[in-house]
Amino acid sequence: MNPERGPDVLAYLARRLGYYVVLLLVAVCLSYALAATALQPRAYFEARQPPPRPAAVQAQLAELGIDDHTPLYDRFGRWAAHAVRGDLGRTIDDTSVSDEFGRRVGVSLRLLVVGTAAGTVAGILAGAWTAVRQYRLSDRLVTLTSFLLLSTPVFLLAVLLKIGAIRINQALGTDLIQFTGEKTPGLQGGWAAHARDRAVHLLLPSLSIGLITLATYSRYQRSTMLDVLGSDYLRTAQAKGLTRRRALLRHGLRTALIPMSTFFSYNFLAVFTGAIFTEAIFGWHGMGEWLVASIGKDDVNSVVAVSTFAAVVVLLSGFVADLLHAALDPRVRHS
Amino acid sequence: MNGRPGDPVLDIRGLHVDFAGVPAVRGVDLALHRGEVLGLVGESGSGKSVTALAAMGLLPGGAGVRGSVRLDGTELVGAGDAALSAVRGNRIAMVFQDPLSAFTPVYRIGDQIVEALRTHQDLSRERAAERAVELLDLVGIPEPRVRAAAFPHEFSGGMRQRAMIAMAMANDPDVILADEPTTALDVTVQAQVLDVLRTAQRETGAALLLVSHDLGVIAGTADRVAVMYAGRIVETAPVDALFARPRMPYTLGLIGAVPRLDADAEGRPEPLVPIPGAPPAPAALPPGCAFAPRCPLAEDRCRTAEPELAAAAGEPHLAACVRAGEVSGLRPLDVFPVPAADSPARGAAGGRPDGGSVLRVSGLARTFPLLKGAVFRRRVGSVHAVDGVDLDIRAGEVLGLVGESGSGKSTTLFEILELRPPERGSVEVLGRGTDALTRREAHALRAQVQIVFQDPMASLDPRLPVGDAIAEPLRAQRADRDRIARRVPELMRQVGLDPAHGDRFPHEFSGGQRQRVGIARALAVDPRLLVLDEPVSALDVSVQAGVLNLLLRLRAELGLAYLFVSHDLSVVRHIADRVSVMYLGRTVEAGAVGEVFARPLHPYTQALLSAVPLPDPVRERARARILLPGDPPSPTRRLSGCPFRSRCQVFAALPEPRRERCTTEAPALAEQGGDHVAACHFPAARAVV
Amino acid sequence: MATAPEALLAGADTDDGLMAGPPSRARVTLHRFAAHRTAVAGLAVLLLLFVLAFAGPHLTRWSYSDIDYTALRSAPSARHWWGTNRIGQDVFAQTVRGLQKSLIIGLLVGVAATGGAAVVGACAGYFGGWTDRLLTFVTDLLLIFPGFLVISVVSPRLKGGGWLVFAFLLAFFAWMVTARVVRSMAISLREREFVRAARYMGVGPLRIIARHIVPNVASFLIIDATIAVGSAVMSETALSYFGFGVQPPDVSLGTLIADGTGAAVTYPWMFFFAAGLLVVFVLAVNLVGDGLRDAIDPTSDRRGRSPRTRRGGKAAAR
Repeated sequence: MNPERGPDVLAYLARRLGYYVVLLLVAVCLSYALAATALQPRAYFEARQPPPRPAAVQAQLAELGIDDHTPLYDRFGRWAAHAVRGDLGRTIDDTSVSDEFGRRVGVSLRLLVVGTAAGTVAGILAGAWTAVRQYRLSDRLVTLTSFLLLSTPVFLLAVLLKIGAIRINQALGTDLIQFTGEKTPGLQGGWAAHARDRAVHLLLPSLSIGLITLATYSRYQRSTMLDVLGSDYLRTAQAKGLTRRRALLRHGLRTALIPMSTFFSYNFLAVFTGAIFTEAIFGWHGMGEWLVASIGKDDVNSVVAVSTFAAVVVLLSGFVADLLHAALDPRVRHS
Repeated sequence: MNGRPGDPVLDIRGLHVDFAGVPAVRGVDLALHRGEVLGLVGESGSGKSVTALAAMGLLPGGAGVRGSVRLDGTELVGAGDAALSAVRGNRIAMVFQDPLSAFTPVYRIGDQIVEALRTHQDLSRERAAERAVELLDLVGIPEPRVRAAAFPHEFSGGMRQRAMIAMAMANDPDVILADEPTTALDVTVQAQVLDVLRTAQRETGAALLLVSHDLGVIAGTADRVAVMYAGRIVETAPVDALFARPRMPYTLGLIGAVPRLDADAEGRPEPLVPIPGAPPAPAALPPGCAFAPRCPLAEDRCRTAEPELAAAAGEPHLAACVRAGEVSGLRPLDVFPVPAADSPARGAAGGRPDGGSVLRVSGLARTFPLLKGAVFRRRVGSVHAVDGVDLDIRAGEVLGLVGESGSGKSTTLFEILELRPPERGSVEVLGRGTDALTRREAHALRAQVQIVFQDPMASLDPRLPVGDAIAEPLRAQRADRDRIARRVPELMRQVGLDPAHGDRFPHEFSGGQRQRVGIARALAVDPRLLVLDEPVSALDVSVQAGVLNLLLRLRAELGLAYLFVSHDLSVVRHIADRVSVMYLGRTVEAGAVGEVFARPLHPYTQALLSAVPLPDPVRERARARILLPGDPPSPTRRLSGCPFRSRCQVFAALPEPRRERCTTEAPALAEQGGDHVAACHFPAARAVV
Repeated sequence: MATAPEALLAGADTDDGLMAGPPSRARVTLHRFAAHRTAVAGLAVLLLLFVLAFAGPHLTRWSYSDIDYTALRSAPSARHWWGTNRIGQDVFAQTVRGLQKSLIIGLLVGVAATGGAAVVGACAGYFGGWTDRLLTFVTDLLLIFPGFLVISVVSPRLKGGGWLVFAFLLAFFAWMVTARVVRSMAISLREREFVRAARYMGVGPLRIIARHIVPNVASFLIIDATIAVGSAVMSETALSYFGFGVQPPDVSLGTLIADGTGAAVTYPWMFFFAAGLLVVFVLAVNLVGDGLRDAIDPTSDRRGRSPRTRRGGKAAAR
């Protein structure tokens, strides 16, 4: 009844966003402090063959802004001053972190978006369907499968998918399923061939992310749906003459979607972690693979960049969850 | 009260319902005729709601239904979902108990009514929306066009129930089933909703089945009554006959157990008649009559075979009792004995006890910030939950604090019990102001003031054996082990529990017994003042009477003072010496119970009293009701002048020039003779009971 | 996330209102659990796995570090029950040893994370105000802070008893989601009448938390701890797979799977015993958790699980 509702919601979301920014800043500072003190780029350079002169190492470290002899807050100050202008510093191989970031971020996001989107939709449908068919054979089969998927760590699932693909390829005698990298290097042909090639490469990594998302969502949706099945308003919907199926779809499923929004952010955390392993196993040059490689190379600036990206993604998913919640639940919008 | 033309529109025959083999309804016959109101009464678990739901085919999947439910000759038991859907909402409509959970939270009220319309009628969306607004208008929702666009959570409880009735009326049904339609509502709102329900029935000409546990509601609304006990109908009769000359001892006990607002000839309430024991477990029914174990009149033949529902020579008055003929004409007290100690022992009427003051509250206020936002909360206003409360209790006295939900009763209690300096005003417990207590003193004072909560299940930790629960205040006051070991069995005996059950968990007790545990816990440290927050409102009538009698006895034995908070004026009438009425966080009237109930001065008190239904159809029909319009205004806005004037019948009748005083000046509590005080500019006594 | 725990709380209220002396809560729970066939099967499998992990090393004459130069990459045989790996180590000895390590880490992490979550969540929820704000901020911060980073930087430098530190780190990054749930349960418990009653009787706040709050979230905590064991094992193996977890010469299921992956197609025994045991273990834990939920929570009619069951490395890369 209140015409000022719209701005209320916006103000609420703006406050959430403000809180997230504070969280993000603290998280970035902590990540930097940790990476800069725990990683040892000096040792990385000194271990090179042939061993470089100490002065050269010192000069290189100073140049990259990762000299452990400089006080931590000086290093952080220099890094932060560049970072606010969009310059995330140099990698340990003296290339631009921001450029590397730009190259890799798309790779990761493609994988995450395709995998989660497909998994979410399929999971919600499977969950709603099994809830309605509780205890039937189909429910039991889906339940068992999702339990099995949920009990397989994502790295193992990726490895198993890969082994399965090798077997299939061997059996068919062709390279039907490609699973290394994002595309076939040097592929000839038109855009259609390129699109097909990318799709084939996307298959296994998306499956390993999507299947697990599907399993989690289907379990959770089944449970929220079962909560709703005994609700008074579902009974009211039937009391006014809706058939059970129509009442379930229009009133049950719609309401059972609300708690899923909270779940969205938690799930995304898990998916994002899984993606690190997926990328590394399938040779996708994304952010996850970068993180694993950078830690191995004691590459401070790259590690901080990936950590920041991770924090941003997690917070964004939290923000999207807030938006979804507000969109799905009028009680949040109008209170 | 019209005749019954032809065949019943809804005919239930031999209805049996069981859940996983446990019977809930055991052979119910009911016939509903066009235009009549049939009241179905029973305590919780008697199977009355299950009967209504079974008639609609709305029981959950695990329920086994046998028997026959015919709607104008069409059999509904065993019909498929498609066939039932065509009937539901169209020819039989239902109004549910809890109107908040009965609406889908994510759709607008108007849209939900439109859906009901368009499911059964070929209407355009616009036409249906138009019709929905008309229906909302018909049930008395102000600004129906605007309100149709609101979501369920934006409606008050009373408005939601009106909207629910509008939805039930949408397709002009032949039968309306109302399952406890006013149970969750305040008494003034209950009066409004019952009024709307009667309107709906008149408009549609439907037969109305009114399911309720409240004998007062039934007495005022129904033409015929059926009483259920343990899944069967044990008595059915026209409403006057049933209340005047019940033939089944259970009905008689039920009528005797209800506290009444009206008093007997001497102006004193009759003692309440508790029915001993508790209803039987559906899984372990006794052989023979299900009521026999609780019935003082039971004979051997009662315990062998279950009596049929039978009439005495062609009358429409049926009872399932072998001694029905003897029961007819008896009074509750003739059948159910009340232990002498349990009857109300009042001091001399009129005078107040001379003991010192145990509680004195004056001008108490408490505001809560109205917050928005989840993380960085900001204050967007204030809720004036308590805004000027005066209370005064002397040793050994019972003060009833009444008011509807949101009137600030509970906040007042909690403010007193926190024992900290109040935001405004003063609180004195046993003569000590709470604004100057050290922590140690406050802790010691806690032993003098104890609380009993409304819901005995919620107020006992489910993981703590009741013996430990009773010992908790003793432990908090650092009593030694021996004293605790002695005191706990003593307390249990005192409240009528078996001390051997101290190691049991709360869920192993019945509701009434749990409340006795709560009372024992409160008594453990020998308090002077007991604060009782709606102590019997979660209990069934027959059990409630026993707990009320216990409270009366304890008060007489121990010289306790009670602050008894309740929304139920009949209960207050029965137990309290003095009463204080709250509206929107303020005390609006206070005085001796007999005086205030007989000569209420404040228009709100008058409306409140007039809205309480009497379990007596003859008197109920003779009463003129004051229907308050709308809901109380939100406590977030502080009105200038008298806060009650927006709903006040006196204000509405005033000529314009005299109204000004009400709109500009807030009335203060003023003496109106003796210690009867009221906060009204134009007090005029009016008998409403 | 709110549904399941709220339902649990509500479940405590279910009241038959009868005096017939219903069986005690523990017996009802046990009975319901026993009626859950898959959960009982899961429990049996778990017990077998524990026996295998702790008795297994004594059944074979090979130690996990022994090298049999006469049998490189040999298929399962009477001499080497589950075959040998490429440098001639006995796969059975290695797998049971890895299983043992994974089980211990999983148990430690599950119990520690749930315990920490209970303390933080109960305090934040009960005290409210600034305590709540501070604890909530820390919880949120750790949720977005990449724990993966800390663990992967620290673990490779750990020697000897380093797996204990590793387990501690896993637990340190695994309690936040549970703490949030406990917090919301504690908030609603704080307003419950029995807690109010205790407060008005003069019972102190810490005593209220210990006597009333924690016992009333205990059923959720038991379920959560069970499932946390499963996810801790998944985190541990995932990190170990990439060399960020258990360090050689010690082995865990994760390092064994990492070693065997390359040979999975040609020498399947090097891979599938470890991988299979891992999946079977986590599956059994999840089934037991599911059964416990149904048994403890009277309102759940064999409902689905809450999203507590999480992917590998859940704890790690936040």
